[in-house]
Amino acid sequence: MAEQDLKVVGQSVLRRDGMSHVTGKTQYIDDILLPAMTHLKMVRSPLHHARIRSIDFSEAEKVPGFVRAFTYKDVPKNIYTILCLIGVGPDEEPVLAEQEVLFKGEQIAAIVAETEEAANEAVARVRLDLEELPPVFDVEEALKPGAPIIKPWGKNHFEYEGHHCRRIRFGDVEKAFAEADYIVEGCYEPKPIEHAPLETTGCVAKPEADGRITVYTNTQALYFSMDNTALILQVPFNKLHFVGGTVGGGFGGKVDVIVEPIAALAAMKIGRPVKYLYTRSEEFNVSSTRVAYRIYFKDGVTKDGRIIARKVISYADAGAYNRHTPYAVTKHAANITGPYMIPNVYVDAYCVYTNRVPTSAMRGFGVTSASFATEVQMDKIARTVGMDPFEIRLLNGYRNGDMRPYQKVVGDATLVEVVQAAAEMVGHPVREPYKSMHSWDRDYSPERHQPLQAEEV
Amino acid sequence: MAKVRGTGISSVNYPTGMNLGGDPTQALIHMTTTGTFVISLASTDLGQGLKTVLAQIGAEALGVPMENVLIDTGDTDTGPHCMGTFASRTTHRAGNAIIMAAEEAKKTLFEIVADELEARPDDLEADGTGFIGVKGSPDRKIHLVDAALAGHFKYGKTVAGRGIFFKPNLGVDPETGKMDPDSTEAHACVVAEVEVDTETGDVKVLSLHSVYEIGRQVNPALVEGQIRGGSVMGLGHALYESTEPYYPNPEHRAGGFFEYILPLAPDVPEMEMRVLEYPSENGPFGVKGFGEMTANAPIPAIVNAINNALGTEISCHPVTPEVVLRALEAKK
Repeated sequence: MAEQDLKVVGQSVLRRDGMSHVTGKTQYIDDILLPAMTHLKMVRSPLHHARIRSIDFSEAEKVPGFVRAFTYKDVPKNIYTILCLIGVGPDEEPVLAEQEVLFKGEQIAAIVAETEEAANEAVARVRLDLEELPPVFDVEEALKPGAPIIKPWGKNHFEYEGHHCRRIRFGDVEKAFAEADYIVEGCYEPKPIEHAPLETTGCVAKPEADGRITVYTNTQALYFSMDNTALILQVPFNKLHFVGGTVGGGFGGKVDVIVEPIAALAAMKIGRPVKYLYTRSEEFNVSSTRVAYRIYFKDGVTKDGRIIARKVISYADAGAYNRHTPYAVTKHAANITGPYMIPNVYVDAYCVYTNRVPTSAMRGFGVTSASFATEVQMDKIARTVGMDPFEIRLLNGYRNGDMRPYQKVVGDATLVEVVQAAAEMVGHPVREPYKSMHSWDRDYSPERHQPLQAEEV
Repeated sequence: MAKVRGTGISSVNYPTGMNLGGDPTQALIHMTTTGTFVISLASTDLGQGLKTVLAQIGAEALGVPMENVLIDTGDTDTGPHCMGTFASRTTHRAGNAIIMAAEEAKKTLFEIVADELEARPDDLEADGTGFIGVKGSPDRKIHLVDAALAGHFKYGKTVAGRGIFFKPNLGVDPETGKMDPDSTEAHACVVAEVEVDTETGDVKVLSLHSVYEIGRQVNPALVEGQIRGGSVMGLGHALYESTEPYYPNPEHRAGGFFEYILPLAPDVPEMEMRVLEYPSENGPFGVKGFGEMTANAPIPAIVNAINNALGTEISCHPVTPEVVLRALEAKK
């Protein structure tokens, strides 16, 4: 469509819900107040790794306002994995822990009470008899022989279609290393990060007279959360009704489906509305974080600054359970060469389990870490060969028609253009031939971009 | 002792949509007799302005004013399936679904108007102000409300449309990693300037200059909001934030906003930004997804600037004062 034809797209029209947000009129989960609403609080593991010998609710039950306690025995399909909806398996995370806990803060039992105070008091009075087990926290330690094995299939890593890791194999890195003028290595370690939304994760589940359950939730993905909840409760999908659509900060932190299944189950069992909203402390201490990585790079570089090979061994710390991390590792592997044309690429990207709070989706899903490693490495390469950091990016930047290491031809590339524009913006001089490069300066034949054939500029 | 300055750059790509596809989103449109087009969805607005942007795309595709477009979302009883708001996907997916639904709704609407005006549907246009009329004949037109009423009471026709964006999940080849992990790619280049106190290890980001290429901007003010917000989030990731400061040691977790350090107003640097538009082949009006990437690009730019200032090889984040001082110690 021609530019002049557009009337509304491209205009800075006033944001529709902005006034409601800034005047406090938007309804969030904590604003929901229903008649006879009860409150759910969690009994959580105080240890990083332990066997559960017994749980004693006798003192908790005496707290005035106590309604009911729930354990894994009450959950119809207790073991699940969120991404089963897109075919990722096996199921491995309990809604409520069974014989073992794998991280500090893991959900063991739910207490429902008349008030938040009563629920907290009852949680405090639950007596756990736990046998502490040796934990493992480091991704490389977890893969060594003799490490405590925390997964029922006997390995502390996710299996990718029969492989230990997500692999990329493109060209011949060893041959290219032999032809390279420099080998540039690096180890990159982005740490885990909290989403830190202003509105904490939560929901209110309300049993309706017709037998359905309405769940008011701040999930980022209504159907995803609803379908997982139905599978866990073993009820038909249409017995559930999820209402949301406005989220007080997500950043990937509200796609984990932790609060809805247990709140909906409790509501169904006691016949009253149940509210389960994380406290600020729960949001920081037990909700998933961004995935921490340890990424080893080995790059082969020619003296004129071309990266001709990259070998990557990357360890993603999933924490105790899958959540979204196995899928993030695939995206990480795909993007580990950044927006650059590297003709020989070898990637082994592991999804490793440790006794830490699970990691999961967060803004940039597997790419944030890939961009960080690639870009810090890029400056290291520039220093090694003595090149300008803008020019080395323009030299290696992918062009339309290039082949990515995952064997897809680049179609919408504009990397060269943004680098040139940024240089211009800050007044950084870019010399020829870099100044005249553009994203369409290769011919479109993918066959031309075979491994080990460096292009002439 | 000394405050030293450095400059760093990063240039990044960001894929639109769920990694392997298989993440459809639907949109349903129906026109009420008030002349309003109700766009039913199940997509969520995380605060980025999705409801506004999708109303703009709907109004553009239908050729009607924004005021005649209502976004009805957030209810699984009435909204068709959306995979969710993540993967920089929703404007791209839901936008495409809305355009497809709008085409179908417009077809019936134009048939009704054609009957009313004794014209051919092909000769009609929606002018964006609420009227549909014959191209080149400014007097032969009727208002949306009259068209809606005529459709309902005179011709017995419903004005409605169905749309979906669907990219099948093609999987990954486990041996080679061959896959199709994007619908399109957005790009950015960020230049960071920092000042580092070599005595305290404290880092101040002085400026962030950003260029983003995001296909087409639907709402430039919201685009700027994303870039500003993402830049500050990236700054926090680069300098302050971690749930486990001595990772992989799991202790010393922060329990709230008083212990978990986030950037505050005084930490926000001077920001200049420019947006380039090279419309994508498959986005609605050429849109590319860019919600996530604005937090990615600043992190390596800031860390590169610190290394540039100090002559160090820091390769982790956050770069806390302790990390700076240890890196300086290692250099000696």
